[in-house]
Amino acid sequence: MEEYNLTCIRCPMGCSLKVTVDGSEVTVTGNTCPRGADYGKQEVTAPVRTVTSTVPVAGGEIPVVSVKTAGDIPKDKIADVMKDIKKASVTAPVKIGDVIAGNAGGTGTDVIATKDIKAR
Amino acid sequence: MNKRSIVIIGGGPAGLAAAVSAYDSGERDILIIERDDHLGGILNQCIHNGFGLHTFKEELTGPEYAARFISQAEERGIECKLDTIVTDISAGRYVTYMNGEEGIVTIEAGAVVLAMGCRERPRGALGIPGFRPAGVYTAGTAQRLVNIEGKCVGKRCVILGSGDIGLIMARRLTLEGAKVLCVAELMPYSGGLQRNITQCLDDFDIPLLLSHTVSRIYGKERVTGVDISEVAEDRSIIPDTAVHYDCDTLLLSCGLLPENELTRQAGIDINRVTGGPDVRDDLETSEEGVFACGNVLHVHDLVDYVSQEAMRAGKMAAEYVSGRRKTDGFELKLVTDGGVRYTVPQYVSPAQMEDSLTVRFRVDKEYRNKKLCVYLGGRQIRQQPKNIVKPGEMEQVIILKKDLETAKPEDTVKICLED
Repeated sequence: MEEYNLTCIRCPMGCSLKVTVDGSEVTVTGNTCPRGADYGKQEVTAPVRTVTSTVPVAGGEIPVVSVKTAGDIPKDKIADVMKDIKKASVTAPVKIGDVIAGNAGGTGTDVIATKDIKAR
Repeated sequence: MNKRSIVIIGGGPAGLAAAVSAYDSGERDILIIERDDHLGGILNQCIHNGFGLHTFKEELTGPEYAARFISQAEERGIECKLDTIVTDISAGRYVTYMNGEEGIVTIEAGAVVLAMGCRERPRGALGIPGFRPAGVYTAGTAQRLVNIEGKCVGKRCVILGSGDIGLIMARRLTLEGAKVLCVAELMPYSGGLQRNITQCLDDFDIPLLLSHTVSRIYGKERVTGVDISEVAEDRSIIPDTAVHYDCDTLLLSCGLLPENELTRQAGIDINRVTGGPDVRDDLETSEEGVFACGNVLHVHDLVDYVSQEAMRAGKMAAEYVSGRRKTDGFELKLVTDGGVRYTVPQYVSPAQMEDSLTVRFRVDKEYRNKKLCVYLGGRQIRQQPKNIVKPGEMEQVIILKKDLETAKPEDTVKICLED
């Protein structure tokens, strides 16, 4: 049986979680919401993160647009996702939700814009 | 002179939420004055996720959270003046602003909502010896340069201060390809949220050095390195503990200060601990008809709470200008003891308050297994267990109107931690 003390990162409450793994049985205590239980289980089995960054915009009112992975990606794929984000660029106008890089890092998750950028 | 019903100073999360809420409370003549060329304030540069779980029940990035409130303001047709700075608020709520098109203009406001936010403690306020080379930035300045202006701030970085923006920038710069050597924190605890230590430092094996500070900055044209020393309990540097780090960049994340120059100029009472104005339960300052919300009132950890607070300020301002507000009865002062550093609000009117009041507060250090107690006069009216409280995380307690029914004018409401 293994025990992990984690801080939930699903929201800024940052609950202190105790996660116990006994074979295939994973129990989470210390969470105040179901998201915390999911996070605890996920974190000790296959941890995931949302990646945020920026991508250059041609002809925009500002030179970069903020982006995020449309969902969580495996933590060990962060570097691969960043490689694809660094290769990407777009032309203004950009709308929130526009796909900036499809299937980033081979994760099956798209990188999407999180800011509207008007053309200059 | 031009008259406006409600003038809101600042178009960040607090100002936008206050405007939307004032509108939804029936007020139509609302003006937001914003000095930047965009609405949304600092959220526009906070491109990380984690915003909006309370307000929108989903996890958003800063720009997305801002966009939601900007569209709410736009849908209501609320007027905003961008690139416009307020230079003075004077008695009688005369607000003077200036911009490139109108020059200097003074308007008479029925009510004013202060929503100017906060700014970072700069190097000059920290007293670090050494030259003044390029490469020393406050974390928020670096954040703006990287996330909005698309610039690179450095390749090898040391971060002083473990405030949330510093932690977020440690991850951001690492993802951008820079090497973040360490985060040094003067205090024996982090100034930021635990979740940010987990996902911004631990995920990338960036060390957090508690009870350490930068004791010297090297470099004349550009930063070439810093010394980091241990500090004693009294925060003085312990001699001969300096370790040298070669780096080209030093980020400072050493606290946020509510931006209250206008408030002071207006002669409004400022709280010594929060750095923001003293307010009553309806968020009115010591000046009648002037309300405050968001980080100008006290520095928040969570924008969701800023929005909630600002919604109340907007509603209260609308009630004030419409004459719906009842002004009767006395005010009680909220006092603190036993580890509680401050409360917001600082005053409550038992007759005027809503059925329940959320009092927000911070503690002076980490405590475990305490009880949070509220007393009216000498009588306990509320008690709740607190397994752990930390200075970096804002706490709250609810006070009910019915608990204050028996209050006498000479009473105080005391909020404290007990064993």
